[in-house]
Amino acid sequence: MNPIALGALTLVIAPILGGLLMGLDRRITARLQNRLGPPILQPFYDVGKLMGKQPVACNSFQGVAASLYLMTSVLALLMFVLGQDLLVLLFVLALGAVMLILGGFSVKSPYSQLGSQREVLQMLAYEPLLVLMVVGVYLQTGSFSANSVLALDRPLLLTMPIFLVTQTLVIGIKLHKSPFDVSASHHAHQELVRGIYTEFSGLQLALIELAHFYELVLLLGFVWFLWHTNWLVGAALALAAYFSTILMDNVTARMTWRWLVSFMWTWGIGLAVANLAAIYFMLRVPR
Amino acid sequence: MGILGKARAKSPWILHFDAGACNGCDIEVIACLTPVYDVERFGMMNIGNPKHADILLVTGTCNLRNARVLKNLYAQMPEPKAVVAIGACALSGGVFHECYNVLGGVEGIIPVDVWVPGCAPKPEAIIEGAVMAVQRMQERASGKVQPSEDESEDEHA
Ligand code: SF4
Repeated sequence: MNPIALGALTLVIAPILGGLLMGLDRRITARLQNRLGPPILQPFYDVGKLMGKQPVACNSFQGVAASLYLMTSVLALLMFVLGQDLLVLLFVLALGAVMLILGGFSVKSPYSQLGSQREVLQMLAYEPLLVLMVVGVYLQTGSFSANSVLALDRPLLLTMPIFLVTQTLVIGIKLHKSPFDVSASHHAHQELVRGIYTEFSGLQLALIELAHFYELVLLLGFVWFLWHTNWLVGAALALAAYFSTILMDNVTARMTWRWLVSFMWTWGIGLAVANLAAIYFMLRVPR
Repeated sequence: MGILGKARAKSPWILHFDAGACNGCDIEVIACLTPVYDVERFGMMNIGNPKHADILLVTGTCNLRNARVLKNLYAQMPEPKAVVAIGACALSGGVFHECYNVLGGVEGIIPVDVWVPGCAPKPEAIIEGAVMAVQRMQERASGKVQPSEDESEDEHA
């Protein structure tokens, strides 16, 4: 497919898909709590409503931070779809996350400040796992590019089974799901109110929500990568990972940031590194 | 009603402020979120943050201390917004009306759009009040009503 057409298609379809998945999430969460829940289109209503609100900003940087967050999320997804370098993609993604954190830090509200500090810790928890997954791809293909994965003739999951688990955890942390919602909570408010998002309002919050739609599709794309040979199986894996985070969200309570960081740095990184070592020593595919 | 108007009607986010209630009204407000009443089916969410809120639910009386807080919260909410006063206390001061520190109801401190009487009002009444507040918010967004203007309620369906 023509890369420009593919990119344009991604720009249109990704937010629709991401929004629908988020709506499904709210519906499933409500059903798990024995409630009826909002319509599936609710995330779109929320974004539309936020766009129509009076613009209120504490400083001019907040708007810059929110738009850069959206731009980097879109760019990262485009790089993924167009088969670019995965390592650069992760840097772009991290840049967006840092922008959001700076936006949170730019306001002197204790909720926003504390939320941003905790968001840094959340980044500390999930970034290594994303990088390790890309290292796993490199070990097998000899390249960091996303296209090299598609060139493989057997699914990555066979050699990288642990990464299905770690990617699920990463989705949970990225979406601020329990027990990882230390910096802000995905649905409800917690003791930091809305944590890092507290001081973003109106259009800024709408941009951040839109960025979440793109980011969700990107993260699920990473899971899909684990079984790229049959896109149906890949999609099923991605959905399974997504629904496990929803289930986890509903059956667990929030843990502290200390637990989050130590858990991810021992179990998460430990298992991922063990998986990489196994690939390196035993399963190393002859190039 | 355009797309924005529809989105606004479908996604009212609620801020609940307990000015000086006996907690009876607050329990009823919180009951709206439970599986029995589930206001989230209308897209309503209780978010404890004025900067994200569309509708302010106030319970309890206003006194010299909390009037400033209430004004502050109201000022922090971006337009379009609406205020619902819930319970006899928020309407007039209720049983606390004669207390030395009580200023009376919410009206007079901030403009009120919808009054929900009762001591305490039922969750159904609170939900109806919130739904009426959404209609007021729509009218205000379309420029029909000015924030402090008083007009008859013949508009709502
Ligand atoms: S109206 Fe009645 S229930 Fe509500 S706060 Fe006042 S005294 Fe309590």
